[in-house]
Amino acid sequence: MKHKTFKSWINQRDTVGFICTLPFTIGFLAFTLIPILASLYYSFTDFTILSKPNFVGLKNYIQLFTRDKDFLQSLKVTIYYAVVSVPLKLIFALIVAMLLVKSTKLSAIYRAIYYLPSIIGSSVAVSVLWKRMFASDGILNSLLAVVGINTNFPWLGNTKTAIWTLIILAVWQFGSSMLIFLAALKQIPSSLYEAARVDGAGPLKLFINITLPMLSTTIFFNLIMQTITAFMAFTQCYIITGGKPLNSTLFYAVYMYQQSFDYSHFGYGAAMAWIMLIIIAAVTLIIFKTSDRWVYREGEQ
Amino acid sequence: MIKKRSIHRINYHILVIVFGSVMIYPLIWMLMSSFKETNTIFRNVSKLIPDKFIVENYINGWKGFGGVSFGTFFKNSFIVTITATVGAVFSSSIVAYGFSRFQFKFGKPLFVCMLLSMMLPYQIVMVPQYIMFNKLGWSGTYLPLTVPYFFGQGFFIFLIMQFIDRIPRELDEAAKIDGCSYYAIFSKIILPLISPACITSAIFSFMWRWDDFLGSLLYLNKPTLYTISYALKLFCDPSSTSDYGAMFAMAVLSILPIMVLFIAFQKYLVDGISTSGLKG
Repeated sequence: MKHKTFKSWINQRDTVGFICTLPFTIGFLAFTLIPILASLYYSFTDFTILSKPNFVGLKNYIQLFTRDKDFLQSLKVTIYYAVVSVPLKLIFALIVAMLLVKSTKLSAIYRAIYYLPSIIGSSVAVSVLWKRMFASDGILNSLLAVVGINTNFPWLGNTKTAIWTLIILAVWQFGSSMLIFLAALKQIPSSLYEAARVDGAGPLKLFINITLPMLSTTIFFNLIMQTITAFMAFTQCYIITGGKPLNSTLFYAVYMYQQSFDYSHFGYGAAMAWIMLIIIAAVTLIIFKTSDRWVYREGEQ
Repeated sequence: MIKKRSIHRINYHILVIVFGSVMIYPLIWMLMSSFKETNTIFRNVSKLIPDKFIVENYINGWKGFGGVSFGTFFKNSFIVTITATVGAVFSSSIVAYGFSRFQFKFGKPLFVCMLLSMMLPYQIVMVPQYIMFNKLGWSGTYLPLTVPYFFGQGFFIFLIMQFIDRIPRELDEAAKIDGCSYYAIFSKIILPLISPACITSAIFSFMWRWDDFLGSLLYLNKPTLYTISYALKLFCDPSSTSDYGAMFAMAVLSILPIMVLFIAFQKYLVDGISTSGLKG
């Protein structure tokens, strides 16, 4: 393995791959792997901004699951948010994709309009707008007044409705899932539909027997990616509701932020990060178990 | 038959347009409200078109807060976003070339790490990174918001790899015979051919970094450093303003760069999402 000069070494085939990927290797170690391991260590300590990390064993984890009502509440809220918003979002995405798969002169414009909310939905600007939209003197109530329903119902101040303003915001951003469905729909051979039509199948039958099975891997992939996204949701909740009222919209990521930075409980926050990692890892594992299928098809085109 | 079909077609267009209008109504409403006189915005919500178009909201809002104008916030956002984007696209394309074209020791496990990093939520590394950057004295600078992006980003590496995989290897071999080094092959042959993937990555990177709120919230501590997303949040806090006109005007301006990119490069975004499952 000795090379005469540095120049010949650096141009060696095995070396080139190593050098080209070196930025990623360094970045992964410095900004991902080492922080994750540091986080694991911190999670077993009582590290705060004032005190050095002292090892306390499983104390943080025990406290989280047995004594911290807010933590359990944030877990509950986030799971509820994910379980309701993700399927709704995907159903919308699929319906609209099936509408738009038909190509007309206006298709490109329609696609752009439906995709637009996805592009800007996670911005602070939209969060600010949302807050005004559902305020008791906001847009929604004023529009309701036009159709004769006079109400100053505080959508954001009620424990039952506040979470729904965030769910609606998530569903509103169905555009990127829609585009993925659109690409997958276009790949279904039309001969399949023709053959089924000859056999006398109606639209519903075509959808259940051809469209859904052909899209199954795409749906599955979307489901998992969107679930991870839902679990990470931060900005919307932080700006629109701040977890209020009565913690009814307290997202996991927001509670983790509060513990870590508002109260400077680094060790406690790190334990929350690890619980999040374990949940995400479980979800990711499922993706990899099935990845052969969707990766193969993507590579085909 | 023809008549029935055209009725069908008209119904289709009406359905799509009505539903689309409902979807973007809040955005149109915000845009229109930014041109209304502040005291009329909530008095007359249902009226979409302003009685008279005024630009005072933009002038008032632009003044910002704490003696710092929105000009500064925009400049800051552009600095952070463009720096991080250039770093992300350039590093990701080199890394993608390495993964796509070469086999090397630990290449396979490293590739798995890359795939895993795509799934990893930022929040997992948030606390230790914060501690690390503080120890390095990076808090209160743009370094935490830019430097980590100079080491390749999983989604972009993955997207660009799919493009490189489609370039015939014969091109590389021909160049090799002509005396090109592997690095020259990258810069002279691969890089020009993957430019569509680089543009797609650049647009996504720009949008994500421009919208990034958490990073600014964690690391920026002076109004002169604030990026637009963080500044807008503070500007719109009930304690600092009740001038809804100015608020909506600045909100509209804050998403303007993204809107321009979206309109100009829509095709690249759609292709990027369709081929890699990137989320928007």
